[in-house]
Amino acid sequence: MNKLFLSVFLLCLSMSFSVLANSVETYEFSKPEYEVRFHELNKILRCPKCQNQNLSDSNSMISQDLRREVRRMLEEGRSDEQIMEYLVMRYGQFVLYKPKVDRVTYFLWYGPIGFAVIGLGILGYVVVRQRRKSKSEVVKESIEAEQQLDDDEQKALDKILGK
Amino acid sequence: MKRAILFFPLILFIVIGGFLYKGLFLNPQAMPSALEGQPVPEFKLLTVNNPERVVTNKDLTGEVYLLNVWATWCAGCKIEHPHLINIANTGLPIYGINYKDELEAAQQWLKDYQDPYQFTAYDVSGQLGLDLGVFGAPETFVVDHHGIIRLRYAGTIDENIWLNKIKPLVDTIKQEAALVVKS
Repeated sequence: MNKLFLSVFLLCLSMSFSVLANSVETYEFSKPEYEVRFHELNKILRCPKCQNQNLSDSNSMISQDLRREVRRMLEEGRSDEQIMEYLVMRYGQFVLYKPKVDRVTYFLWYGPIGFAVIGLGILGYVVVRQRRKSKSEVVKESIEAEQQLDDDEQKALDKILGK
Repeated sequence: MKRAILFFPLILFIVIGGFLYKGLFLNPQAMPSALEGQPVPEFKLLTVNNPERVVTNKDLTGEVYLLNVWATWCAGCKIEHPHLINIANTGLPIYGINYKDELEAAQQWLKDYQDPYQFTAYDVSGQLGLDLGVFGAPETFVVDHHGIIRLRYAGTIDENIWLNKIKPLVDTIKQEAALVVKS
């Protein structure tokens, strides 16, 4: 058991190194705040070339350039919104992992909610129908129960039939 | 009513299947360019053939032209190059942007494989590429007589792309320009 725990622990440890080694260049920042925002931005900005990686994940040439640009703009004192705007102007909404809500992205943003509503609707419909069905079954059973003879009646019947 | 519900999974399957089937034939690299409809960004660069000559975006204006982003490290550019020479021979001006490359290698390339470009701007830092929203090479922009980007094509140009995608647009722009001159 201990051995298993140790090996899992070592596995986790080795994986954590690969996470640390994601960006190759090391940038110096004049303010620690910039560095924090730099890493935050690199996480939410998408590499236009590799498409399913963010900027901090990707080592493609364009990601290196964009990281450099992000750093430059941070040092110029631009806000996160301004930096995102700069990239959207050039690469479109595509570079944002969280695209803005507009005509094109309505479905993307509200689609899941719509599907959840439809799903709940169907679920509700099924449950209500099932309830109604089981209620009517209870009624049916009670009618059947009423139609059954009780003990006295059964004895009387047996007597008549000569059992 | 009950019968209709039984068909619901089939309908759902057809709808989803239709979407996915269409997805098979979409090019994931073909992203809508944020720059279509926008003017060519400003730049001031040296040329590959004459590293003392300064060119700017103002040197590009006039008639419809292609702006081709290339580099010697780019395999697609080598495949594309003979097609660019053919296109240049039809009389359509092509301007090159040499993207993040070595000057000598680029000069050698133009000597070895012929030079289809009016000039090639030497974008060593990739800043112009960045302003153009370029994320690799080759990429080609169709720019109209007003200096507005009308099409961005990411990928290698071949005979098929030229005849079906680029040439029709170039012809349309030429007609537009001719109309303006007449009126």
